[in-house]
Amino acid sequence: MDRTQFLLALSVTLFSLGLVGVVVRRNALVMLMCMELMVNAVVLSLVTFAARNGSASGAAYVFLIFVVAAAEIAIAIPIVLLLQRQRRTLDVGAYIELGG
Amino acid sequence: MIETALLYLFAAAATAGALVMLVARHPMRVALGLIGTMLSLACLYALLGVHVIAVFQVLIYVGAVMVFMVFVIMLLDTRDPSFVTRYSRLVLPGVLTAALIAAVLGALLARRHVGGPRIAGVADFRLQPFSARFLAEYWLHFELTSVLLLVVVVGAIAVIRGRGGRDG
Repeated sequence: MDRTQFLLALSVTLFSLGLVGVVVRRNALVMLMCMELMVNAVVLSLVTFAARNGSASGAAYVFLIFVVAAAEIAIAIPIVLLLQRQRRTLDVGAYIELGG
Repeated sequence: MIETALLYLFAAAATAGALVMLVARHPMRVALGLIGTMLSLACLYALLGVHVIAVFQVLIYVGAVMVFMVFVIMLLDTRDPSFVTRYSRLVLPGVLTAALIAAVLGALLARRHVGGPRIAGVADFRLQPFSARFLAEYWLHFELTSVLLLVVVVGAIAVIRGRGGRDG
């Protein structure tokens, strides 16, 4: 197995583990962190291709993704804190009525 | 030779961090697992020769995002029931779905050579040449990210304080 293929396989593994985490864990903050893991897995595949093809635009794109991910966290964390303030728990089961 | 060994070592470390995230009970341990995964990925990027992205990964993800996350975890109440029971009722369907997705992607990966022919790019990913090229070609995008960050700051304040314009 060559290096590109190995890194893509690692990316698939991390993505699946992150997906399992989002679905099975109860704590909203932990689910958020598992989503970060999924983002990291996808970025790994992008970096692998960018490094393989020697593409500078790929690396610039990764930088933009990092900024957007940081922005996403900066909005998501206040929402988690508001949830905590509302019901005193982060168990997503307590917010089941939000499912409609 | 040593590069291959390091590649496998950091890949194993990244996977181990992700597994810790799945089984750890306390969110702080989950955060530490995620930090371990991110640092291993940064090492992998450095091994690939993409030094700038390795630096970004450590600075932005581990330095900013995860420190923020750790602070929030310390603010939380440890008697929260979601700290004690780890898993929801969806354990079996979740694991099955993820296994299915992993199987499909893995089969795709194993069947053919991915990514098509190699494009002979000439980009230099070391810090100095890449930074010069980045700011010469992508200066507008770089500046636009600061607009995005400003919007996020305003948005975060609005989420925390905004209830019909008054302080929450």
